[in-house]
Amino acid sequence: MKVARLPSIALAFQQIKSQAESHWREFQDGGKPVIMVGAATCGRAAGASEVFRAIKGELKKQKLDSSLFKVGCMGHCYAEPIVTVIKPGYPPICYGHVNPVIAERLIREFILGDDPCADFVLGALEENDLVPSFSDFPRAKYEKKVMLKNCGFIDPEQIEHYIANGGYAALAKALQMSPEEIIDDVKRSGLRGRGGAGFPTGQKWEICRNAQGKPKYVICNGDEGDPGAFMDRAILESDPHSVLEGMIIAGYTIGARYGYIYIRAEYPLAVRRVQVALRQVRKQNLIGKNILGSDFNFDIKLFQSSGAFVCGEETALIASLEGKTGLPGHRPPYPAVSGLYGKPTLINNVKTLASVPHIIDHGAEWFANTGTDESKGTAVFTLAGKVVNTGLTEVPMGTTLRQVIFDVGSGIPEGKRFKAVQIGGPSGGCLPESALDLPIDFDSLTKAGAMMGSGGMIVLDEDDCMVEIARYFLEFTQKESCGKCTFCRLGTKQMLEVLDEITRGEGKIEDLDMLNQLAEDIKSGSLCGLGKTAPNPVLTTLHFFRDEYEAHIKEGRCPALMCRELIAYYILPEKCERSCDACVGTCTVEAISTNKKRIKVIDQEKCVKCGTCLGACPPQYNAVVKLSPPGQVPTS
Amino acid sequence: MTKVAFDKKTGMTKKQARIRQETKRILNRFSKKGGNLIPILQKVQGKLGYLPREAMLEIAEFLHMPDIDVYGVVTFYNQFRLNPPGRHSIRVCLGTACHMKGGYITLDAWKRRLEIDRGQTSPDWEFDLDTVACVGCCVMAPVTVVDNKPQGYVAPTKVDGILLSFKLQKEKAGKESQ
Repeated sequence: MKVARLPSIALAFQQIKSQAESHWREFQDGGKPVIMVGAATCGRAAGASEVFRAIKGELKKQKLDSSLFKVGCMGHCYAEPIVTVIKPGYPPICYGHVNPVIAERLIREFILGDDPCADFVLGALEENDLVPSFSDFPRAKYEKKVMLKNCGFIDPEQIEHYIANGGYAALAKALQMSPEEIIDDVKRSGLRGRGGAGFPTGQKWEICRNAQGKPKYVICNGDEGDPGAFMDRAILESDPHSVLEGMIIAGYTIGARYGYIYIRAEYPLAVRRVQVALRQVRKQNLIGKNILGSDFNFDIKLFQSSGAFVCGEETALIASLEGKTGLPGHRPPYPAVSGLYGKPTLINNVKTLASVPHIIDHGAEWFANTGTDESKGTAVFTLAGKVVNTGLTEVPMGTTLRQVIFDVGSGIPEGKRFKAVQIGGPSGGCLPESALDLPIDFDSLTKAGAMMGSGGMIVLDEDDCMVEIARYFLEFTQKESCGKCTFCRLGTKQMLEVLDEITRGEGKIEDLDMLNQLAEDIKSGSLCGLGKTAPNPVLTTLHFFRDEYEAHIKEGRCPALMCRELIAYYILPEKCERSCDACVGTCTVEAISTNKKRIKVIDQEKCVKCGTCLGACPPQYNAVVKLSPPGQVPTS
Repeated sequence: MTKVAFDKKTGMTKKQARIRQETKRILNRFSKKGGNLIPILQKVQGKLGYLPREAMLEIAEFLHMPDIDVYGVVTFYNQFRLNPPGRHSIRVCLGTACHMKGGYITLDAWKRRLEIDRGQTSPDWEFDLDTVACVGCCVMAPVTVVDNKPQGYVAPTKVDGILLSFKLQKEKAGKESQ
């Protein structure tokens, strides 16, 4: 019976695929130009919607026929809004920092004329003799796109684009395999959970498949709560089908009936794109009853989380799905055995699930070829903070931090000096320059005191105070602590108070030992990952940057000139160009006045230390400085 | 003092009755499963802008849950609010990148100009101010989400600029309506 049914799956899929391919060909090879506007959240915030409207208007005005559509994020967020133009006879070219005026010029001069507007080119997608291409970028040597393959190149709201580019082929293939074969494939690929903990995915699937109880559930954890990380958002916005396909394969493998995709409500665009994607897969019978003619039934529902960091923890996530407050529970039993409503539940991160179709498609060996011995495949990172090329990147596991920050990210802007990289969000740590040559994988960073986490990297330079960043993360975890475990609830509060005192210059040197002690206690006295890792930012900064803590305590000085209680703004009289009023005009609290010699003076009582005057003072004068401790300001 | 009209039959004010009615209309679309609590709260807040007491009571009754459990969930999650929003919502992002690039200074600037603290609504109901953990636009830090649209590089001077543009809009609208 079973053998006879198999060809029908392939046949059913072939039908969907050929339809999608003809749809895709229609505008790719139709002889007309294709214009793609990057419209993920990063692009929109930079003005992609205005650019899209401008292009649409200009195309209409010039009566041009071309395929215009919105795509996701290519990862070059620093250059948003990005527009890609594919004109027959030319290489596909990406333009960066496009505004409506540039967009209209592109239409007139490149589409209508034959000038590819070299001034605005970010890079071409293929090597050519006309304009520089992305493969010439230093980052091209390190990047390897697997999960981000489609991001920025297909319309996330058109399932045909995904299918025409190889999508859902893995599902059709998986449905013709036995669940055991799939588990074996995933195991051999060496895929580990991309949410941060790095648990072997194949093993989790096997446990869940063997667990007793029905119905079983699959949950996709898209509760990306780490401040400063946006990998999952980018994938859900740019290529939602890859995640859905991974979920359906997971559902088939463990024998699940229902799936939930759990996304932060703070990501409205990701929510909308997944809603659209779900409608499309339902229409194509890729979810629902008898998927592709098989006897596998599976449904996926979208659940919007309501903004609680602790809900990224799997037991808390399940509690919130059940309509309760998101308090974590004891493990074991693990959710794979007893999860949602007490049934076996598989919880995987967005990136883990997005990797699965590639493993099924290309084989376990192909996936395992990339990466290090213990950590296979690629890792997606977001680069933010004091780095030139902020954005998204995907590199093989084992790439060093230095390569990611200096080669992919092009280093620190404005010629400043690198100080540290904060990796892993509130659970991670700050690593100094000496750790830059560490290869990034699950284990090496944990050994260094940080953790890979889900992949958010914030680069810090000499102007960033390490005590302040530790305080910031602790303020976050203290606020987000659910309150269940005493050590986490009260311990983080105590640590935060101590750190507050230090940043105000009221700390004592004994406090540093107390911080260490409290940190250890919180780690051992907390139930879930939030408490167990919350002290990491403090521990790592204390370890690597103890001198900064001591400067705050002993001298009342903030070496990075960041802690507002410990600095003062001052206008150097000898540098002040007396006829200029830039600082006076921009001061938001009218704290700057002109004295008899027409030199500008800051009223220290009124000053709120916002730094506006420092930015306003023309660079040729550079008269505004920050002083620490504030007592250095001369009293006249 | 304004006169509050009570309905003689139910003992509720008109506003309370309206809230109950709106909530009921939304509840009709859901089954009485506990797992629906959060989606219901999201829909009700989406409609009313906040979660008034009457709405929570109505939901608790519908799901056969103790009132306190509904209140517990509402106060646990950051998304839910107990007081009505202003006409314009100001959400200052305090993600890591925004913080390191001066998000707290931006927050101070909003507080100073609007003369309210985070979590509050201005007395004229024009603005409500709050913070958000991270909207994922770290590239354009510091970010403020104004009326659900993320705005990048919001330094104190841009705060003044945004407020000025609202003021001008309002004046223009005022003139047109005259």
